[in-house]
Amino acid sequence: MESTQQTESKIIELKPFTDEMVVNMGPQHPSTHGVLRLELRLDGEIVREAIPHIGYLHRCFEKHSENLSYPQIIPFTDRMDYVAAMNQNWGFCLAVEKLLEMDETKDFAVPERAEYLRVLICELNRIASHLLSFGTYGMDIGAFTPFLYAFRDRERLLLLFEKVCGARLTYNYIRIGGVSEIIPLEPGSIAEQNYLDEIEGFLDYFEPKIDEYNDLLTSNSIFSERTMGVAVMPAEMAISYGATGPNLRGSGVDWDLRRDEPYSIYDRFDFDVPIAKDIPELGAVLGDCWSRYKVRMDEMKESVKIVRQILAEGLPDGPVMADLKAVRPPKGEIYFRSEAPRGELGFYIVSDGTPKPVRVKGRSPCFSALSALQELSRGLMVADIIAIIGSIDIVMGEVDR
Amino acid sequence: MKSEEIYDVLVDKFGESILGIDSELAGDPSIQIAPTAISDVCQFLADTDTLAFDSLMCLSGIDLGVKEEVLSVVYHLHSMKNHHNVVLKTSVPKTDAHIPTVSHIWKTADWHERETYDLYGILFDGHADLRRILLPDDWEGYPLRKDYQEPDFYRGMRVPY
Repeated sequence: MESTQQTESKIIELKPFTDEMVVNMGPQHPSTHGVLRLELRLDGEIVREAIPHIGYLHRCFEKHSENLSYPQIIPFTDRMDYVAAMNQNWGFCLAVEKLLEMDETKDFAVPERAEYLRVLICELNRIASHLLSFGTYGMDIGAFTPFLYAFRDRERLLLLFEKVCGARLTYNYIRIGGVSEIIPLEPGSIAEQNYLDEIEGFLDYFEPKIDEYNDLLTSNSIFSERTMGVAVMPAEMAISYGATGPNLRGSGVDWDLRRDEPYSIYDRFDFDVPIAKDIPELGAVLGDCWSRYKVRMDEMKESVKIVRQILAEGLPDGPVMADLKAVRPPKGEIYFRSEAPRGELGFYIVSDGTPKPVRVKGRSPCFSALSALQELSRGLMVADIIAIIGSIDIVMGEVDR
Repeated sequence: MKSEEIYDVLVDKFGESILGIDSELAGDPSIQIAPTAISDVCQFLADTDTLAFDSLMCLSGIDLGVKEEVLSVVYHLHSMKNHHNVVLKTSVPKTDAHIPTVSHIWKTADWHERETYDLYGILFDGHADLRRILLPDDWEGYPLRKDYQEPDFYRGMRVPY
């Protein structure tokens, strides 16, 4: 009798469960990248459940869209993913343009010059977005320096955007049928040459910096300890959760819309798609936080490559806007997805032939990726939650729309 | 596989539950499915090797107007293995909007269905945790319905501004 009691008490000692504690992380927390509230159910330091509560930035742009004409919707897309607003503009315009192209009575095509400008600007925006992701991720984990470096470089990109559209954050630059002509870059003019030279100057400066940042943060041992092997997302899980972009490639899935479903003029450029791998000698596991982060670092190099090809080729002459009197797509519907820095940005548009859409749905990459958080964080430590949120790189403006 | 071929496969398998294919309008043709069969059809599309639709790109609700008496749900599916797409559509009456869930097939459907419930009031039967996601829990009405009237006040705060 006494012996059984002793063994029982031993079992209790070996599994010291504490009372479950509920902690609210956010909505105002520096590492939640906006206003995200996590309801953490903790057993000591271990996360039993992390339930995301979203919607703090919800504006229902989809409802607004039903009362606006197509060009008027573009500024709303700026405010989805505000750190990569060019790509959001483009995603929406691409969807509307696809619908316009289906109208057989009209001859509609985006001019060459506009296509080049779009790819140029959007790849630069991808770099800016990944820089912000890199900087804030370092800061979340506890390294303050990368943040300052990243923002220093991002500043130069923002100045470049400002020169072409007048805004630093919400651009409204890419329009249906071309790009904005508010600040014109005349073909062959000195202004154009200066602008391209400035971009080249930035690339010359920035390309070696990527290696410097890899030395600074990617191979930093404290950073590696915090991110390698943490929150491994296998490929099937990533696909099932709809994780896309760097999150999907971080799980080893070789998929990039720019290459696999080429839109615009991406088929003319030569670039690689970085895929994460198991790196046993470092300790990186395929699909962990570090892999997702590393894919972004490598993607910046590929964006530099694409922009360099455009600079070498030069911008073609011609107009930057299609001859489009009114945006009035035919009756029909389209779902079009493009590769934004955070993954596949889809727009589902239903048109009834009037200047206003019946339905616009924005399929946000962050929304889908964030839904995996609950499963990813189960059983990890509280500090790992911060590492996961940074690694899936969310922007709450896009999650909540 | 083209949408038309997938349609033929589905008609062979599910018969009357497949209501038709809509390819007249501009854009991708969509296959109309009876709401009661949607879960089985999706399971079949995901599990069959020749189809292998392993990713749900987008799930969205539509309300085509105040006069229409139905709400629709659209499923945009993609196969990473076979590189093809298909669009499924199902319609339910506004007064009794019930659709079987597909969240057990694709995990991303969990949040997408919650969002559709939140904004359209479509109930997804069998969903493990169907509650509002973007709006506050005590919000009244479903904003993306065309007959939605916004409230004057929410917890003492003026809503229209």
